[in-house]
Amino acid sequence: MVKLKWNSKTAWLQLFLVMFAIIQFAPLVWLVLTSFKSNIEITGSNVIGFPEKWLLSNYRNVFVGSNLGLNFLNSLLYTGATVLASGLLSAMVSFAITRMQWKLSKVVLAVFMSGLMIPVHATLLPIFQILKQTHLLNTPWALIIPYTVNAIPAAMFIMVGFFSSLPRELEEASVVDGCNIYQVFFKIMLPLIKPAIVSVSIFTFLAAWNELMFATTFISNTKLMTITVAINSLRGLHTTEYGPIAAGMVIATIPTILIYILLSDKVQKSIVAGAVKG
Amino acid sequence: MHAVFGNKKAIAVFVLPALILFILVGFIPIVQSFYYSMLDWNGIGEAKFVGLKWYKDLFVDDSYDMQFVHSIWNTFYLALLSVCLQIPFAFILAYILGRGVRGEKFYRTLFFIPVTISSAVIGLLFLSVLNPNYGVLNVFLDKVGLGSWQHDWLTEEKTALSGIMLPAVWQWIGYYMLLLYAAIKGISEEIFDAVKIDGASALRSMFSIVIPLISPIIKICIVFAVIGSLKFFDLTFIMTNGNPAPATDVPSTLMYATIFKRNMYGYGSAMAVFMVVECLVFYYILQRGFKSYEEGDS
Repeated sequence: MVKLKWNSKTAWLQLFLVMFAIIQFAPLVWLVLTSFKSNIEITGSNVIGFPEKWLLSNYRNVFVGSNLGLNFLNSLLYTGATVLASGLLSAMVSFAITRMQWKLSKVVLAVFMSGLMIPVHATLLPIFQILKQTHLLNTPWALIIPYTVNAIPAAMFIMVGFFSSLPRELEEASVVDGCNIYQVFFKIMLPLIKPAIVSVSIFTFLAAWNELMFATTFISNTKLMTITVAINSLRGLHTTEYGPIAAGMVIATIPTILIYILLSDKVQKSIVAGAVKG
Repeated sequence: MHAVFGNKKAIAVFVLPALILFILVGFIPIVQSFYYSMLDWNGIGEAKFVGLKWYKDLFVDDSYDMQFVHSIWNTFYLALLSVCLQIPFAFILAYILGRGVRGEKFYRTLFFIPVTISSAVIGLLFLSVLNPNYGVLNVFLDKVGLGSWQHDWLTEEKTALSGIMLPAVWQWIGYYMLLLYAAIKGISEEIFDAVKIDGASALRSMFSIVIPLISPIIKICIVFAVIGSLKFFDLTFIMTNGNPAPATDVPSTLMYATIFKRNMYGYGSAMAVFMVVECLVFYYILQRGFKSYEEGDS
């Protein structure tokens, strides 16, 4: 009897989980299906079901008259540069704060951590003005620099925690062996904090790739736009056809989904690490 | 040893690049926003100092019919949805998965997928799901015989706000599920065993053991959900841009439109400054609230 009860309980739990899985996943499946449908199907004859014929034309048409390929590469460039720059800079500061001896280390850490609480919205107009005066609006720097700065506090949050958990013996031994401080950092510490760097990189990648407000404001040249802004502006290009827009949305999602499928455990760890020191 | 780890020049080399960038692009802009918010300025012509005039206008005069206060209530609505709907659902999922169930990893991975997708894509996706003529929702309602439930979801005042907020709730459930799941996984199995011997029901052990043990993470979730709601921008910007005004306006989209569409740099900056202060105040209130709750509890 007890066993039977347990089974029906498991069945109910599974039913609940499956229902939730459908709710969480169905809209995305529908998007992919839509990207292969003809306009007639999308606008009435076959809104919900599978495509009658799997058309690739939407994926061709979305590149016609748009710079989507370029936008995709732009996003890769801006995001990649942000990941590298913010990763290196925050590793350097975190190292100095946790492993070196100086009076203001606590203050400097507090300054950076304040960036976790303050909304970046309030920096939008002043940064716009700075970029305008330095003629950096509509250049890759207009996004790479602010993205890097915005990524540093969360990256340091993860890295400071990680550095603090490492024993000191190794770096002290390497100093005795004649390493200078730069060698200690680049040769000894950077390899040691690799797990933290992976977490930070994933975290930063997702944030920068998906960012919208700065990307809309600081770049108006369609050739320099990021993919997220570009797919939104596709609405102006394809006012009556939804297929190519759906195709563009799928294309914009491929890198993040790819990273997630390949590294799903690491991505999940990275997200938890970004919220909880541990 | 100290000569190496106290090397002033090395400390400067490690710290200054990031610190200078952060101060120039992160810190000074905030201070500048405070200053801008006291100017009457269109970004090109002469700026005139007007003191706190814009702040009074935001909350009292509203001479440009912005309905800023209404936009703040809209973000409170999202905060309420997040705390009362999103986090409880996330907790239930985290609890089921965390206590072990067939397909644990599969479900966990699947539920998190929407979090990784850009909000621009999510916004466009739900824009078409909610399309009145050929959106999935209305077509579905029609097929199951509930045609009378159909709405023009995003243009009717009653449904527009929920139409952009519920997708946000939907997108981020997986995020809170993951944080709570990690916390539940961190509880030692012995504690659950002890409760089982004790004869506590699953529901009672959840409320008396699990929730108190993971309360630090629950707090983090609530703080993130509330502060995130106050800063809400992307889905409004993509889906409705505040229309039918002021039904879906939020402070950040009003700020954006005031600065870049109306060229009222001072007024828009006052909105930005309000958001900074609002986030800090809510952060403080929530921390205080948790603290007094804990003290009252023990």
